[in-house]
This record gives sequence, structure tokens and C-alpha cells, in this order.
Amino acid sequence: MTARVKLEQVSKAFTLHLRGGMQLDVVQDVTFDVDAHECVVLGGPSGAGKSSLLKIIYGNYRCDAGHVLVRDGDAFTDIAEAEPRVVLSLRNRVMGYVSQFLRVIPRVGALDVVANAGRESGLDADIAKERARELLAALNVPERMWNLPPATFSGGEQQRVNIARGFIADLPVLLLDEPTASLDAKNRAVVIDLIEQKKAQGTAIIGIFHDDDVRERVASRVIDITRFKATAAA
Amino acid sequence: MSPLLCARGLSKSYGPRVACSGVSLDLHEGEVLAVVGESGSGKSTLLGLLATEIAPDAGQVNYRFRDGTARDLHTLSEAERRLLMRTDWGFIRQDAMQGLRMPVSAGGNVGERLMAVGHRHYGNIRETAEDWLSRVEIDPGRIDDTPKTFSGGMRQRLQIARNLVTHPRLVFMDEPTSGLDVSVQARLLDLIRGLVSELGLAVIIVTHDLAVARLLSHRIMVMKGGRAIEAGLTDQVLDDPREPYTQLLVSSVLAA
Repeated sequence: MTARVKLEQVSKAFTLHLRGGMQLDVVQDVTFDVDAHECVVLGGPSGAGKSSLLKIIYGNYRCDAGHVLVRDGDAFTDIAEAEPRVVLSLRNRVMGYVSQFLRVIPRVGALDVVANAGRESGLDADIAKERARELLAALNVPERMWNLPPATFSGGEQQRVNIARGFIADLPVLLLDEPTASLDAKNRAVVIDLIEQKKAQGTAIIGIFHDDDVRERVASRVIDITRFKATAAA
Repeated sequence: MSPLLCARGLSKSYGPRVACSGVSLDLHEGEVLAVVGESGSGKSTLLGLLATEIAPDAGQVNYRFRDGTARDLHTLSEAERRLLMRTDWGFIRQDAMQGLRMPVSAGGNVGERLMAVGHRHYGNIRETAEDWLSRVEIDPGRIDDTPKTFSGGMRQRLQIARNLVTHPRLVFMDEPTSGLDVSVQARLLDLIRGLVSELGLAVIIVTHDLAVARLLSHRIMVMKGGRAIEAGLTDQVLDDPREPYTQLLVSSVLAA
């Protein structure tokens, strides 16, 4: 199969210098591959390190040891060692990340927030705008709000703008950190549809979902990451 | 492609006080690097060394010119250095009064840079100046007013127009938003963010404000006691700081 993401012995711990150098082990020796067309769900109780692992793959958290290989065309780039501008370029062209939270930019309207994300990934300006409209409409963001900056939106509305932003691009890899948390059933179903469409297009997805119904619908397989806890952590 | 700017081992002391010690960095086209740290950490000295305003005790700064040749900036003649500052570079200062010519009209402030690079046609210069005033959201009707009559935020925007009108490749910014009201700051940051990405500028911005660094920069360098103690992707350094001092800086930010 064609792996899109390969994790090899990924390990991570936080050292909290302000807490006397306390060491928090996150994960140890995580190894798995993710292929095109599949959605791998990270399982395990809260605090197991699922979100941290997604952030390591995205390059948002450092990787202490091991390799995070992301396919870029015919070659793999190791996020654990890549220079900042290489990681940024991969984020534009290869992998997207959707969390529950929108980091708002002052003065930019919701439609442009979404369309700009599409443009940054290489979509044509017109196509990006068109898709942004379709996504905001599908996610039930009222049209009268499209030109307003999302800073004034409710939490749920911001979250849906963020989902539109994350799903607009056609990137080969998508990382989802509880995108459906606190959405109502109607919008949760929309997100499930969006995920299914991405899978059908060949996107490799790694996700965290706390709702059982969402997980059952979208997961190709579940990887329990408590398997990768440091053995000495007790 | 070789970096646009490449500094190695930059050091500067003022008597017994070390302002900058062995700092190295590379900057590529289109990259925005934020240099953060408390006052006295050496970040402004570093900016001065990179911009050739301060002579280093040791180290060098290589810059790739438009013809592709890289040269050590501290070996340039004064005339060459001034030409570079006027054409290829911009410098946006914390205090607009240092970055602008206060007795000269807004249009003159912008037009002066154009004339420095050889523009002579008065009508074209005025038209370009008007265009840039509106791009930085200053009413072109104010073109004949001097910046003395402008608010702090307007002066900073005029400084930006003055610097960007000649399409520089590299812009230095020294605390461009501090001292402004928060709402004025947000507007200015948003404007800078838009122009930097639209024009593909390389920027080195010195700031003590981590939120400014997060909004504008791709990479971040943390300075303490004249040394670069940690550097990397901006969101990585801010979300997963490694050094004790960086952890302290990040945890000291007041959340609004």
C-alpha cells in the first residue's frame, strides 16, 4: 500500500522547568502507518497523549526521538528534523490540521477566513470562494454572517468556520482533533459526510473523536495509544 | 537557493557589557523571523548589527544582492550601504519620528524614497504616493499634511508606506506596534500581515510581545543576555518551549 504517513518509534516527554524540572512522559515508541483512503482513529482515555501525538505529526510539538515521515510526492519528509520553512511548506501543500478552536484573525470575515485557507493550499481564488460558500452553507453558518469577522461568533459557529477552513483544501493528509466536539447532531452528520468524502478522494486521515457514533461511522481502524505509554510511568 | 541574509557569530559588547554574543541566523525570501526577549536581551542590538547600523566586534552578515552575488555587509562602502538601505531594504522603527521626516508632507515622505531610486516624474510620484496612502488606509486627501498632524497609528502606517513603496526585499521592524492602543495595534498588525504575504517580503521583526510574534512570524528566535537561546517554528517554540527561560516567557503572558 502507499503509506502517506509513517510514524517510527516516536517518543515525547515534556520537561517542566518551572515545576523543578518535572518530567511528563507523553508517548514512547509510537509506530504505525497510515495509507491513503483510510481514517485512523487514535483511541485511549483522555490524557493518554492523543492530541499531543497529532501535534507532533503536524510539527506543532517537538518530537524527542523517532521519525515522523510524511509523504510529499515521491519522497518522505521527516517532520522531526525538517527546517521550519519545510514544515510550513508541507502544511500548505500536504497536511491540514483541524481542532475545535479557531484562532481568529482580526478584521477578516468568515468567508475570507475559509477562502484564504483554500488559496494558501494552491486553489484558484474563484474556486476557493465558491467552495468556502458551499462549506459554510453545508455547515449551517447563516449567510448574513459570512462577511463578519468570526471573533464575534458563538463558540459553535467559530468551530464550524474552523471546520470549513480545514476541509476546503485538497490535501493528501488531514489531522482531526475532535472536530465534532460539542456540535449538535445535524452538524455532526455534516462533518461525518465531509470526512467520508475526503476518504473517498484518497485523503489519509488521523483523527480523535470522542463521540462513539462518529468514531464508528468514520474509523477504518482504531489505534489504542495507551499501548505506547512509557512502561516506567507508574 | 542560498539564504537572502546569513549571519554568523555576531558579537557586540559595550565596554564590559555583552549586548550580543555569537548569534547566527539564516533568512530566506518570504520568511518572517521574530526576535523576542525582554528589554536588555540584546534583540535591538542584533537588529542594528544585521542592518549594518552597528559595527560588530566579531562575526559577519552576508546578503545576497539582486544580481545573485553574496557580500559581507560590513565590508561595503558607506555609499553602497546607503544605496542598499534606500532600495532593497526597509526599516520600520518603533518611534515613527525617527523613521519619518516630520516637517515633510505625507506625500513627500513616500515620494522621497521613490526619488532616491531614480523616479523623476512628479505626477507619477504623486499618484504612487496616493496609491500607497490608501493601501495603508490613510485618506489620500491628507497627502499634503505633515505627519505632525497624524495620530500614532497613522504615523506608523505612513512609515510602512514610505518603506514599502520601493518594493524592498528585506524589511527590519523594531517593535512596530508597541506604544499604540490595542485596537490601533490590531489594525496595524493585520495590515502588516497582509502586505508581507502579498509582497512576499522577508522580515526580521523585534518584539517583546509574543502575540505579535505568533500573528506575524514563521520562525522565532528567543534572546536572553545577548544569546539566542532557542529558535524554531513559531508555533512550536510558543506551544512546546524547551528552554527554562522560554517556558517562563510563554507562561508569563496574560490571557485577555
